[in-house]
Amino acid sequence: MIRLAVISGKGGTGKTMITAALAQLLPGSLVLADCDVDAANLELLLNPKLIRTEPFMGMKNAVIDPALCTQCGECMEHCRFGAIEAGGDAYRVSLLRCEGCAVCTHVCPATAVTMQPRQTGEVMYSETERGHLVHARLVPGAGNSGLLVHAVKKTAMRQDRNCDLFLIDGPPGTGCPLISTISGVDIVLIVTEPSVSGLHDLKRVVAVCRQFRLRILVAINRFDLDESLTDSIRQWCSVEKISLVGKIPFDPVVIESVRKGVPVTSAGASPAAQAIQMLESNFEQELRHYRDHRE
Amino acid sequence: MRLAVASGKGGTGKTMVAANLAFMLTQTERVTLVDCDVEEPNLHLFFPAPATTTEVTGPVPVVDENTCQYCGLCEEFCQYGAMTVLRSRVLFFPELCHSCGGCTLVCPNGAIHEEPKQIGTTTISTPLPRLNLISGMLKTGNPHAVPIIRAAKKLAASDPLVICDTAPGTSCPVVETLDGCDACILVTESTPFGLHDLQLAVDVTARLGVPAGIIINWSDGKDQATIEFCMDHDLEVMMTIPFDREIAAIQSRGELLCRVRPEWQKAFAALFVKCSTLAGVDR
Repeated sequence: MIRLAVISGKGGTGKTMITAALAQLLPGSLVLADCDVDAANLELLLNPKLIRTEPFMGMKNAVIDPALCTQCGECMEHCRFGAIEAGGDAYRVSLLRCEGCAVCTHVCPATAVTMQPRQTGEVMYSETERGHLVHARLVPGAGNSGLLVHAVKKTAMRQDRNCDLFLIDGPPGTGCPLISTISGVDIVLIVTEPSVSGLHDLKRVVAVCRQFRLRILVAINRFDLDESLTDSIRQWCSVEKISLVGKIPFDPVVIESVRKGVPVTSAGASPAAQAIQMLESNFEQELRHYRDHRE
Repeated sequence: MRLAVASGKGGTGKTMVAANLAFMLTQTERVTLVDCDVEEPNLHLFFPAPATTTEVTGPVPVVDENTCQYCGLCEEFCQYGAMTVLRSRVLFFPELCHSCGGCTLVCPNGAIHEEPKQIGTTTISTPLPRLNLISGMLKTGNPHAVPIIRAAKKLAASDPLVICDTAPGTSCPVVETLDGCDACILVTESTPFGLHDLQLAVDVTARLGVPAGIIINWSDGKDQATIEFCMDHDLEVMMTIPFDREIAAIQSRGELLCRVRPEWQKAFAALFVKCSTLAGVDR
């Protein structure tokens, strides 16, 4: 199995649109995962049929028993996340701030604090035309999105480890969910756009990926919105010896296909669909190369 | 007044809104812009200026192997799996550590102390006479964005008018940024992706008790579903920005819409009045 994550650094560059189209075009058996658990959108293009849902238990959180709390303030003094709130007859733990470190349980002289499990999301296992999809829902405002990403990947690997390809729609950014997404992955496809922000964010996410020794590929979406910046990205990639595998033009058909809830490659012939087909064939070549290289 | 610009979905134009709102306001008052999208900060690209950079550090444990008895209590206590105690060696995984200090507290031999480790930076600049720009930047490879956001916001703690640009998503970085804000502008786009993620973002602002108003960006006129959602949830659409290749090009070159096309300043001034009302601040 080859594991591929579509990521971007900057948000809104077209990861999900490209992931859905690749899922449709790539040959062989697939298992899919949406690791953008904060704001998962892949299901909106793949029309999945839910098979089952599992609760996601994030980190345990501290809970103070008001009957035992003497309001001595030890927990508040030692909590480095500002999660202890005073007021009323007892101290309270802010679930939004608690990072589950358990220091308060250790320092409380009245043993009023315990760690309690809490459901902060759910992992869904679904069927699509192109294979199983593992996706998730994080309770909005909950932490532990990196852990939930890990749970999504683990479910996919456990259920479908014999597939040819594990295709992941990744999160934006460079922090905990992104790192959790790319760890253990073989290839990343970074989708960027011709803007100063796009190039800046591309450089940062490449720096993170390089710490993981994986193969890095780049695609430029809406490349014709600024040809000179597209050229800067191309030059940067060539200096950095990163393969540019695709260039997709701005095309209103992309938005139309999202409104229809289908991959752009299913919405009839269009400049964007044609460009993604080229991306896909370049990508297949990369996959062959990767397989040969690995063996 | 403290405003946040957030979105749920990435790439909807948060930074564009924050940058132009601040630019328009600097003509009459002092503004502090805080880039809280510390994983991929972009505001400095729109306001190039010499900047002062300060390291942000977090405490991480250092084990004195001469004192350590390899009892394993630190490993047992650490909720993040950052410590592994072998027979005669302790392995520490800094990327898993949340700097809670628990291991130093539980070590019965006093063998663990903490040392600062660089986790990112904050930079401060004055790109315009009335504009302070504070940017948090997470060190690449470090997963924990929240302490950098906290450090960046702290630098603006006593400023009267603060606009925070938020990371996309709905998890800890967004919560940390919105904490203490008087109102939040949610920027969306008129696609099912935009609407789906707007619903999640509205849920977060509601949970935090921060009043929110909406901007529809990249509008191609087919905004009905978004407008209906806003009406159903008593959310005001404060501004609609049409899709326009020229606006997109201004933004992609790192220029400011309100500077290149000054006729937009009026729209951003009106937006600010609506934000003040939302925040319950009489201006």
